[in-house]
Amino acid sequence: MIWNEAKECMSRDEIEALQSARLVKQVNRVYHNVEYYRKKMQAAGLEPGDIKGIEDLDKLPYTTYQDLRDTYPFGLAAAPRSELVRVHASSGTTGKPKIAVYTRRDIDIWAECVARCLSMAGITKDDIIQVGYGYGLFTGGLGAHYGAEYLGAMVLPMSTGNTQKLIDMMIDCDVTSIACTPSYLLHVAEDLEKAGLIDKIKLKSAICGAEPWTDEMRDQMEARLHIKAYDIYGLTEMMGPGVACDCEYHKGLHIWEDHFLPEIIDPATQKQLPKGSDGELVITNLTKEGMPLIRYRTKDLTSIEYDTCECGRTMARIQRFRGRSDDMLIIRGVNVFPSQVEAALLTVEGTTPHYMLVVDRVDNTDTLEVQVEVAENFFTDEIKSLEKLSKTVHDKLKMAIGLNAKVKLVEPNGLEHFDGKSKHVTDKRKLYQ
Amino acid sequence: MFVKQISVFLENTEGRLDEVLKILAQGGIDILSASLADTTEFGVLRLLAKEPDKAKQILQDAGFAARIDEVIAVVVPDAVGSLAKVVGVIHAAGINISYIYGLSIDGEGAPIAIKTNDNAKAEAIINAAGVKTLGMEDLQ
Repeated sequence: MIWNEAKECMSRDEIEALQSARLVKQVNRVYHNVEYYRKKMQAAGLEPGDIKGIEDLDKLPYTTYQDLRDTYPFGLAAAPRSELVRVHASSGTTGKPKIAVYTRRDIDIWAECVARCLSMAGITKDDIIQVGYGYGLFTGGLGAHYGAEYLGAMVLPMSTGNTQKLIDMMIDCDVTSIACTPSYLLHVAEDLEKAGLIDKIKLKSAICGAEPWTDEMRDQMEARLHIKAYDIYGLTEMMGPGVACDCEYHKGLHIWEDHFLPEIIDPATQKQLPKGSDGELVITNLTKEGMPLIRYRTKDLTSIEYDTCECGRTMARIQRFRGRSDDMLIIRGVNVFPSQVEAALLTVEGTTPHYMLVVDRVDNTDTLEVQVEVAENFFTDEIKSLEKLSKTVHDKLKMAIGLNAKVKLVEPNGLEHFDGKSKHVTDKRKLYQ
Repeated sequence: MFVKQISVFLENTEGRLDEVLKILAQGGIDILSASLADTTEFGVLRLLAKEPDKAKQILQDAGFAARIDEVIAVVVPDAVGSLAKVVGVIHAAGINISYIYGLSIDGEGAPIAIKTNDNAKAEAIINAAGVKTLGMEDLQ
């Protein structure tokens, strides 16, 4: 079912006309309301009048993660404080989080975007949906929740952490749909199988996101739970989940182009690439008021298809992600940069900065092993000092990245040493094909 | 009068111990005694050898984390309660024992290696209790 046919099925000309009008308006808004953007545009010799439509998009400077850091917390807010109604923040990063602020209208548009996604997954007001994303600063819980309510479905705000209760209520309340991370859903499937309860559930669909997943995982969850599974995409910086979602034809993630203007750039030359090219996904908020981002570099590598989909929607489709143009990892839904690990290790006396992150997926749960070299000068003959070192590393990492990592002490020179920005990661999950 | 102990950090992977011992053998090191303390993740191999400094250098050159520590080599008399007596006097002096292991060196009694947080004081107490300790020259 198509939630908003007038928007989701516009002709390409109509989409581009709408995008152009909204881009011009947005550029004016940020130029006049956000000093940071104004200075950036001035530095590039730009005035709002230079941007007449989407054809001028590539004149605008990019916005990066670093810009968000530099302006933390509200430096990019484009609406007065009294109009801002919500703050969200990205998960698990060291120091200052990436935050997003929303006006009432932003929350409403977000809800509609999520409702479109849920609708694409066949969910209607007659459905009963469990939201198994964390509720809080993380956008997953409240984002999915507001969207499901907007659609008129009945929502069970389960949040995370209690699988037994989730399963009990899934059965007791005849839950028909679930929104959670793909790895968590497979974990739920396993528990249901173990308890012999697969036949007791009424689940029909799942909307999974917040971490990259594969077609194999979709096949698995569909076969094991007898459901249809859909991939929902989003970023806290742009809004949260619901920026894009895949339809029943699974030909890519339909991005809501009336609110998000996507483009593909070459991350090396930082030049916009022609439609259909492979490169880094860059998105501009066309309607967001609270903290609109102009040409935000997602660092996700992909391409975009613009032809009309079999489902009838004209909204462009983000293709399978092929990796990232930076070294960020998504582990159990948490964003982890190797540089954070390095910074944490340097605060531990006795370890060299030589380390290796080994990421794997065991029983559908991401695992992180951090291999750390025991420096020659730290090594002692006593086991307890070495175990203490291991625990210190674990605790520092927990503080820095918010994950419980398995720490493995390794012999000096036991890890390959690299020069400069190096290979510090072995990802065995094969999420990108 | 302590003895020099060589410690080597080992990952708990197949063949590591074998590798260390081969490297030492190739270097002509005569190992007098060996003890392996292990956890699920890693181990520490503790060795007594005739040429400890040379052994340490060989291991470091081969890329291992190795170090030398002094331990007390105690000749525990062959009699019931001797070990209890040795540990007892150390404990009574408020000294903490880090580890103990048996030494496979020839001679009278049952030789053991003891590492404490105050080796000098511990050795004096052990000797005062009438128990003999060894030095490097006794190992040659």
